[in-house]
Amino acid sequence: MIEDILFQLELGLPQVVLGLVNGAFYALLSLGLAVIFGMLNVINFAHGAQFMMGAFVAWMLLAWGGIGYWWALVLSPLIVGAFGIVIEKLLISRLYKLDHLYGLLLTFGLALIIEGVFRNQFGSSGLPYSPPESLGGPPVDLGFMFLPKYRLWVVVASLVVSLATWLVIEKTRLGAYLRAATENAALVQAFGVNVPRMVTLTYAAGVALAAFAGVLAAPIYSVNPQMGSSLIITVFAVVVIGGMGSILGSVLTGFGLGLVEGLAKVFYPEASSTVIFVIMAIVLLARPAGLFGRA
Amino acid sequence: MSQDRRTLLKTAAVASAVPVVGLPARARAQSTTLKIGVLNDQSGVYREISGPTSTACVRQAIVDSGIAAKGVNVEVVQADHQNKPDVGATIARQWIDRDGVDVIVDVPNSAVALAVNGIVREKNKAYFNSTGGTTELTGGQCSPNTIHWTYDTYMLAKSTGGAMVKTGGDSWFFITADYAFGHDLERNTTKFVQEAGGKVLGSVKHPLQSTDFSSYLLQAQQSRAKVIGLANAGTDTINSVKQAAEFGVTRRGTKIAVLLMFINDVHSLGLNAAQGLVCTESFYWDLNDRTRAFTKRVLPSLGGNYPAMSHAGCYASVLHYLKAVADMGAAAAKASGADAVARMKAMPTDDDCFGQGSIRADGRKLHPAFLFEVKTPAESKGPWDYYKLLQTTSAEDAWRPLSEGGCSLIRT
Repeated sequence: MIEDILFQLELGLPQVVLGLVNGAFYALLSLGLAVIFGMLNVINFAHGAQFMMGAFVAWMLLAWGGIGYWWALVLSPLIVGAFGIVIEKLLISRLYKLDHLYGLLLTFGLALIIEGVFRNQFGSSGLPYSPPESLGGPPVDLGFMFLPKYRLWVVVASLVVSLATWLVIEKTRLGAYLRAATENAALVQAFGVNVPRMVTLTYAAGVALAAFAGVLAAPIYSVNPQMGSSLIITVFAVVVIGGMGSILGSVLTGFGLGLVEGLAKVFYPEASSTVIFVIMAIVLLARPAGLFGRA
Repeated sequence: MSQDRRTLLKTAAVASAVPVVGLPARARAQSTTLKIGVLNDQSGVYREISGPTSTACVRQAIVDSGIAAKGVNVEVVQADHQNKPDVGATIARQWIDRDGVDVIVDVPNSAVALAVNGIVREKNKAYFNSTGGTTELTGGQCSPNTIHWTYDTYMLAKSTGGAMVKTGGDSWFFITADYAFGHDLERNTTKFVQEAGGKVLGSVKHPLQSTDFSSYLLQAQQSRAKVIGLANAGTDTINSVKQAAEFGVTRRGTKIAVLLMFINDVHSLGLNAAQGLVCTESFYWDLNDRTRAFTKRVLPSLGGNYPAMSHAGCYASVLHYLKAVADMGAAAAKASGADAVARMKAMPTDDDCFGQGSIRADGRKLHPAFLFEVKTPAESKGPWDYYKLLQTTSAEDAWRPLSEGGCSLIRT
């Protein structure tokens, strides 16, 4: 009996760790979505495409400019964020007065176009991108498994960035303006705050978070045009479970669901791709606003 | 009434004028237009191994055949089946019923390949599958309208799987793509492993187009199998290999058997990650003078991609078809796909990609299978210089024996 449990543990523990790594990506991506939805009321379906762009910009920086991983981690979010500003100014800003559905359709269309352009340019097999020297090398021995250093770094980086974002929004003056603007934009503007600019920058920040996750993902997954679209549906489920627009909710649910998915891969692999959606259905029935959302 | 008669007279005048001002009767019969449809994945996991490169190779075959000089006009159309059998089947029907397509070529993804197989047979057109892998095409679902050209899961299992067992890899764990092709490949490889005295310790099935394989790799590792068999393809294989390297799976002596890999996958992985892997292809651009000559001709129209065996199969099958067309007449080839395929089977094949070969009664094209090892970055001398040849399985030994396939064309 005890041996049985030990065996299950030996099988399950590494999957828990791997689940945390996947959860790190879910958390970062759903965080960006939550920030954008919370402040702009836009369901950003282009998030997966922007995640993919982050990875591709990192690849371009290395292949064409000889600029390595660490700089890419800073530069790529800035570049893709700037692209986000253009998109927001030109297109999304025209939709704020309309129903959510318009924003969703627009960003979905954008995602398809961006993916198409990249597929046409780079093909669909993907491009190689190696982890930086300092995080390469042999995997770390955790006793029950060997974990590549790079995956450990992904979890740490994701946690730090998530925490920082939460702190900025909940604890700083800037965050207070943002939250106030979502409640009553006209009033905040009357106090002399440039609300449209703040909204643009918020969108850029959300997009930059996606690009940051993209750079983190580049050395693990192959850099290919469809890398975002396969993740984004899961991430939307994470956001819905966590509660649309809830920052803390999206981070906690991201990691939590990564874990659940990891365990499903051992004990019932066939269900691993659907388990998150089953949970989503249950949560929507029991708490329509999500686990951490305000009804 | 008078109106009717005038129309009638006019029609008669035009009809009688045609033979006078038109071409002589023989040439007119030859000016038939044939339409070739390239049906494959233009946007997903299998785009690089099929996609636009296949279309370019089909166009090259038309040029190389010199069929235009014989008064036969050949048109090419292409479409994206998105790896969905229903989409592929709809396109195939529209092509044949509405657009007058005579031949369907390529069709990666075994699920789609089998869906199209039935339609082409029903409509009596011709079907040359190059990038699909399932042996069903020449087995239980074999058809007088179908030729399976490039490779199949039996040939891969025998060449790669057999070689792995011979070098001591006698216990296996499979990571398998969860659809017809993956199941087929796993089953065939299992057979060779067991026949050679090895055993299979387990397998895990993943959905097509997965991103994270670390969990499956770890399960494979925990099974303590000596060989992890990857029964998947395209970006799924690329991600599996990449993550296996990351987790240091091979560092403790476990071997990775990539059961299906194309040169485009190696290119995407980079030699650092792919070096030392063995894989089986029936064509390599740098294999001999003829393959190099073919590659040189076709390369300018490929937009930076190199031809893999799948693309070569599109080229060679269409080239051979057009030889049969020249032999039997375009009108006859257009009238019956089965007759055209029968003529192709009766003629020996000879092309720059696969050399000399033949087509068996069940529709299986016969040529040798090559086992390659991926070069190290130091060994690679130029762009796409990726393979060194380890072993050649002759055309006689590479394929499933005719008697084992269960093809109904054989019994009759």
